[in-house]
Amino acid sequence: MVRIRVVLPQHLRTLARVEGEVTLDVEGPVTQRSVLDALEARYPVLRGTVRDHVTLKRRAFVRFFACEQDLSHEPPDARLPDAVATGAEPLLIVGAMAGG
Amino acid sequence: MSSVRLLIGTRKGAFILTSDGTRKHWDVSGPQFAGWELYHLKGSPADPNRLYASQTSSWFGQVIQRSDDGGKTWNPPGTKPEDLMGPDGMPKGESNMFLYDTSAETGKPLTTHQHYDGTQRPWEFKRVWHLEPSMTDPDTVYAGVEDAALFRSTDGGKTWRELAGLRSAKGHLWQPGAGGMCLHTVMLDPGNSQRIFVAISAAGVFRTDDGGRTWRPVNRGLKSQYELPDPDADVGHCVHRIAMHPSRPNVLFMQKHWDVMRSDDGGESWHEVSGNLPTDFGFPIAVHAHQPETVYVVPIKSDSEHFPPDGKLRVYRSKTGGHEWEALTKGLPQRDCYVNVLRDAMAVDSLDPCGLYFGTTGGQVYASADGGDSWAPIVRDLPAVLSVEVQTLP
Repeated sequence: MVRIRVVLPQHLRTLARVEGEVTLDVEGPVTQRSVLDALEARYPVLRGTVRDHVTLKRRAFVRFFACEQDLSHEPPDARLPDAVATGAEPLLIVGAMAGG
Repeated sequence: MSSVRLLIGTRKGAFILTSDGTRKHWDVSGPQFAGWELYHLKGSPADPNRLYASQTSSWFGQVIQRSDDGGKTWNPPGTKPEDLMGPDGMPKGESNMFLYDTSAETGKPLTTHQHYDGTQRPWEFKRVWHLEPSMTDPDTVYAGVEDAALFRSTDGGKTWRELAGLRSAKGHLWQPGAGGMCLHTVMLDPGNSQRIFVAISAAGVFRTDDGGRTWRPVNRGLKSQYELPDPDADVGHCVHRIAMHPSRPNVLFMQKHWDVMRSDDGGESWHEVSGNLPTDFGFPIAVHAHQPETVYVVPIKSDSEHFPPDGKLRVYRSKTGGHEWEALTKGLPQRDCYVNVLRDAMAVDSLDPCGLYFGTTGGQVYASADGGDSWAPIVRDLPAVLSVEVQTLP
């Protein structure tokens, strides 16, 4: 079990009623999928807002950043960087720049 | 003394406007859900403190919100701690899950609709356009969605099931209008719990007489000579809005893409009642609370010029159920006005005299406390208004 730091975009912090970073206990390999599973288990209101309910695909205007890299197009079961897995760096879930 | 509560959905949040029965002085609260699109909010006729709201975003998708205290506090239903667990011990969080029914006995035979380019596309959920609470049960609510389908919740919005028989009503021929293929109007028949009308752009009006299991198009008499290769087609008409008076559920009024229409037989046949309107294009249509033959529309110049003709914002009223219309202008801008009034952005209260309300894409909400004879803005500078509903409270 490792403790992961996640930064949510403002609208999802409001929806989940959290402030600042979220910390999540993740079992097994630290991947996009395992972190999002833990996030949705802790905050069920976020189900469907980051990834599709059924296909579990990332929503088009959501991005995953960490360690100054865009990890959005990495496979969901690819391991996240060590710095995220150790809690040294957060995983950033970001609303893409898309006008409006 | 009675009071009224307006529920305003905008491009960037929801606002609640309240007044006593005089409807002269208003309190404005909001924005709720700031930054999100609020396509529609509506209260339960059976419990006015039970409100439902459709909160959407291109980024984060659909959220359903519910208030049990008249809009003071909101929660996505099914996300309180006591709601969380499914049979496997995992949180459910299904209040924003709108899955098209693909079971063999219902929706499976039909999984595609016509696209702009003539190809068939699978149904894909985008957002909830309209929420229609049951007249008798606060926990039952219908959701009209894009891509066009009707969903029902019987647990206060925690979970949703599609009434998939609707898509069997020639769904393969439906296609999106410019605003998307949306089911935007849901009308429950006050005298017959088994009968529901829905309207879809661009497909038409559909009716069920068995509580939503089976549906058929009810579009006879509609003519779309510039929009459809067959102007009299069964489906494909771009219906913008339908309305009824609760005392006469067989009499329906329609604002179509072009044409204002009327049916006197529950949609079996329609005839045009545009009469002397300056243009019969428009979006909303509403019926007076106490005069079933008094109807209101807001004419818009054309399908490509979505603003009032001549820069004059005029509500038109017919006291004869159509054909003969009078312009209502007192208190409305009569020069340089180029806003639009969207299909869900007009409502009537049930006080006497009847109050009318509409919101514009310029962020104004106008109110009339005398059946439309005179108007005044309640607010002038909201984000673009998507929907207006009113609750008349004891």
